[in-house]
Amino acid sequence: MGSGGSDGTCRKTRSQKCLKENKYKDHNFIADNMSREWPLWEVFIRSKQGLNHKHVGSLRAADAEMAVENARDVYTRRSEGISIWVVESKNVYASDPTESDSLFEPADSKVYRHPTFYDVPDGISHM
Amino acid sequence: MNHLFEYVLRMGDDSLILGHRVSEWCGHGPILEEDIALTNIALDLVGQATSLLNYAGEVEGKGRNGDALAFLRYDRDYRNALLTEQPNGDFGDTILRQFFFDVFRRGLFERLTNSADKTIAAIAEKSLKETKYHVKHSSEWVIRLGDGTEESHTRIQRSLDNLYRFTGELFFMDETDRVLIEQGIAVDLEDIRKEWTAYVAEVLSEATLEIPSDGFQQAGGRKGYHSEHLGYLLAEMQYMQRAYPGMTW
Repeated sequence: MGSGGSDGTCRKTRSQKCLKENKYKDHNFIADNMSREWPLWEVFIRSKQGLNHKHVGSLRAADAEMAVENARDVYTRRSEGISIWVVESKNVYASDPTESDSLFEPADSKVYRHPTFYDVPDGISHM
Repeated sequence: MNHLFEYVLRMGDDSLILGHRVSEWCGHGPILEEDIALTNIALDLVGQATSLLNYAGEVEGKGRNGDALAFLRYDRDYRNALLTEQPNGDFGDTILRQFFFDVFRRGLFERLTNSADKTIAAIAEKSLKETKYHVKHSSEWVIRLGDGTEESHTRIQRSLDNLYRFTGELFFMDETDRVLIEQGIAVDLEDIRKEWTAYVAEVLSEATLEIPSDGFQQAGGRKGYHSEHLGYLLAEMQYMQRAYPGMTW
């Protein structure tokens, strides 16, 4: 979008936000895409207690900033979180379900990988 | 006249009427996510209205609580600014109305956190957090729609041409304000007007939108002179309490 609207995304080439953050690129998407849907985003929330962000669901938004705000409104209205990540769904590369045989089944027969084959000495807690 | 009652009523009615208006979007938002965002904003406003109107009733001392003030007055008794009762129109109309109001409210609540009236200061502090988010939400949408497609630009420019005339009334002041400013309870809206004008100009310019140049302004709400739209709004909002007095659920 560096040319500032040659692709029809921003009406005014000087629009600071538009140039700076490339944030409204998906207007093009709205206008041109046959589905007329905004891109899909995956939402990750870190709860008050939790250390890591957990996937909570997905939503649609025209840009990242809108995705965070929508996530705030959709997924944190009952105080579920203190931090939000959003990732455009198209950027998630997933494992192929047809390859589950070779990917996951080999681990099933290797129970010794679970740390259950030794005795925990007395006095060691939280194990 | 009970100036404090009048002052709190003005703020409470702004929140109540706009809150009701925005709640009309529930189930009708352009997308699910925005539907929830608008409903959240409506709930924030109705929550503010509850605190403010309950306090107004307390100040008045005639046994009316927030519910009585919200549901059992006539249109001429409402003190909300005309802007807040304007119909939702399209999404752009709603966003622009919200934008003008949010920016005004942010300036107001920021200053009222230092009010000599402790209840007003506490309500302002709680509401300010909500209002800051409302400003962010509506500002970004104004830019998105104004600097968006040809159609969104044309439509929100039309919203601006229609709604700008109601913005001046937000800064209406009279004897009530002057008396309470003297006591350190109320704040001078002229200070807020300067800040409002600068911020609104900045966002509108980024949104490539132009303020109408005719300078025409319309007022009356603060004195109880409303547009025809308020009556219909009240008819719907008050129906249940009028039809089944004292009903709770």
